[in-house]
Amino acid sequence: MPVSVGRSLVIIFVVAGTIFCTRFLPFLFFPPGKKIPPIIQYIGRVLPPAVIGMLVIYCLKSVNVSKAPFGMPEFVAVAVVIFLHVWKRNNLLSIGAGTVLYMFLIQAI
Amino acid sequence: MRSKKKTESYARAFRAAFPHTIPVLTGYLFIGMAFGFMIQEKGYNFLWAMFMSLVCYAGSGQYLAVNFFAPGVGLFQVFCMEFMLNIRHTFYGLSLLERFEKMGKKWLYMIFSLTDETYSLFFVTKVPKEVEEEKFLFAIAVLDHCYWILGSGIGALLGQVFPFDTTGIDFAMTALFVVIMVEQWMEAKNRKSVLLGLGAGLICLLIFGAKDFILPTMLFILAGLLPGYRRFEQEVAEDAG
Repeated sequence: MPVSVGRSLVIIFVVAGTIFCTRFLPFLFFPPGKKIPPIIQYIGRVLPPAVIGMLVIYCLKSVNVSKAPFGMPEFVAVAVVIFLHVWKRNNLLSIGAGTVLYMFLIQAI
Repeated sequence: MRSKKKTESYARAFRAAFPHTIPVLTGYLFIGMAFGFMIQEKGYNFLWAMFMSLVCYAGSGQYLAVNFFAPGVGLFQVFCMEFMLNIRHTFYGLSLLERFEKMGKKWLYMIFSLTDETYSLFFVTKVPKEVEEEKFLFAIAVLDHCYWILGSGIGALLGQVFPFDTTGIDFAMTALFVVIMVEQWMEAKNRKSVLLGLGAGLICLLIFGAKDFILPTMLFILAGLLPGYRRFEQEVAEDAG
């Protein structure tokens, strides 16, 4: 271990506390019984699909398209995941085949 | 008698929830295993990996945290980086305020366990008629948490026993989000939002770079969603009238 057991535990609890904090904030501001403003209700309804789009970009943020292999493994693997999912709509197949293909592309080529 | 009935209705909720969690089961086993491999390489065994997954319970958050187990990393830096990475969860909660009001004692656990995938499942799954919504959502949350703990434990153990080249295994996380996006896309009313998220993310990534683009993207998305609010207000008014 690169740091002591005590320090490791402190790091884990800081990480856990911070993550919990980000999840708890909205519930702190709008506790049960308090009326939720309509604008917040609206955001809650339209935000989820947008966040998913953002997360896809987030996952691909480190792809470098200006240097070989120009992000090709990522784009090919993402395209295959989309194709498989539209075709078969089987999550295990889409995720599994996409990941194995990607690992092969960046390790073997 | 009463507690037996309660146990039965929980059993029914878990049985009904399980098929819906299979995508997360596969995703979490992969991503959890990848986390297990990484933390194991740092010198932490499977018990550490599972403990971390039990108390932190965040995919990208735990990936990031692997880097903190090094001399010279300050706790304030740990807080700031994790906060920035996970601030999106704050927005998730906004859409669940009402649904979680009915959770009773399970309320705090539901908030704690609100990961990207669990959140997405809450939105893509319809609660079956024969189970109570609060028990159904709780079952999804608990099952997902178990998969995550299990995956990270298996990954750390495998990494110890059979070291192999795991480069690229984290693509499972990308594939999972792409699958969820395709599912969202199938419902036509979500398409504008999906495109907004993709576009805002891409533009902010190009402007602000990979390290700092999440917060501007969230602001961009909120700004982009506001014009639709007028129509929403009208719909609500029409429904009420």
